[in-house]
Amino acid sequence: MSEPRNHHALIDALGAELVPVRRLPPPWRRAVAWLLVVAALAALLFAHYGDGGMLRRWEGAPDLAWAGLGAVLTTITAAWTAFALGVPGRSARWAWLPVAPALLWIGASGLGCLRDWIAPGTILAGPHQPIGCLQFIIAFSVPLSALLIWLLRRACPLRPVLAAVMIGLASAAASASLLEICHEFDAAASDLLTHALAVVLVIGINAAMGGRLLRAR
Amino acid sequence: MHASLTADRALGLDGAFRHPDSREALSATTASAQEADQRRAAWMAAAQAGDRRAYERVLADSLPLIRAAARRQGVPVDSIDDVVQETLLTVHRVRHTYDPTRSYDAWITAIASRRAIDALRSHGRRDRRELHDEQVLDMQSDHADATRDAEREQEARRLRAAIATLPPGQREAVEQLALRERSLAEAAQHTGRNTGALKVNLHRALKALRNRIHGDS
Repeated sequence: MSEPRNHHALIDALGAELVPVRRLPPPWRRAVAWLLVVAALAALLFAHYGDGGMLRRWEGAPDLAWAGLGAVLTTITAAWTAFALGVPGRSARWAWLPVAPALLWIGASGLGCLRDWIAPGTILAGPHQPIGCLQFIIAFSVPLSALLIWLLRRACPLRPVLAAVMIGLASAAASASLLEICHEFDAAASDLLTHALAVVLVIGINAAMGGRLLRAR
Repeated sequence: MHASLTADRALGLDGAFRHPDSREALSATTASAQEADQRRAAWMAAAQAGDRRAYERVLADSLPLIRAAARRQGVPVDSIDDVVQETLLTVHRVRHTYDPTRSYDAWITAIASRRAIDALRSHGRRDRRELHDEQVLDMQSDHADATRDAEREQEARRLRAAIATLPPGQREAVEQLALRERSLAEAAQHTGRNTGALKVNLHRALKALRNRIHGDS
């Protein structure tokens, strides 16, 4: 056994370096800041596409509305959880919070595949159209993930990969919610598979890269 | 028997079981632990505002909490001091993440547990490397020895290059304490810096070198 060290010398040295610090804002406040950016993007899309198409599809296929609600709730809960996991002492069990809304999102989307009728005013996705959805989700997820990582730069995520998964989930869910505003297709299996692939890609890339970025401390 | 009595006393439980109403005594113990937590929370809040005395007090008061967290994670006794030092350095870097409305003990325990897990992983990696080296020694030919020498030379070059990129204070600490194997007192005399500052610089330098050479996994 090594000789116990005199930790007081280190404490003295750290005390000598002490300067006042600006406290990290609480997770909810940082989550609201990020969600405001998502809301601004939604407002821009509504201004361009209007809400008629979305409401028509929801009227004809209520499960699409439930899926949209699930995606929005997943966005909110996953964003808050990502920030909460950046504060030492917060339980990792908060990571379960987005699970219920994510199940609603995935489950209601999956129901679309089982329906044998199509929402009025929509067309079935052709072979190239789901690729547009994939591009949309990834194109929106990249800056939204980057913004979340930037907002977490002063945090201390003790489980960086879990925090990065939450970042990916929040960004992917936000992008899927935004897609709902301008999505012209019904939930055909190929379309849903593309959405699922986009979400998995976004989460996976975040877990691999975001985990490294967040691990700096 | 003696050991268990000592442990109980350390946890503040010895009074609890002698008291006629042990539940009441236990709640008194919990209340006193909460008071201690609140006291440390107030010190840390003052430290965030730049109060050096409060900072040194709260760090000194945290040492038993850090050791307990390291022991709970199964850190060997001879490595607990390393975990304490790493935790103190982490606390110094992330002190702005503490929210004084929440438990200080939970905050520091989470950081200490993480540093303890990091220490265990780093021990595991080192042990695997050492075992691997022994097997290699048994099996390798002279030709392989030459290859190994070349690899070692390459590693030494990488290390020298990494040391050269360190900030001057950290480079000086590595040169004095690690390369020339001077004692803290000798190094302090040589450089005109105090021993605490040398220790802090050495810790930071080693961390930076580890990250640079092995990545921060």
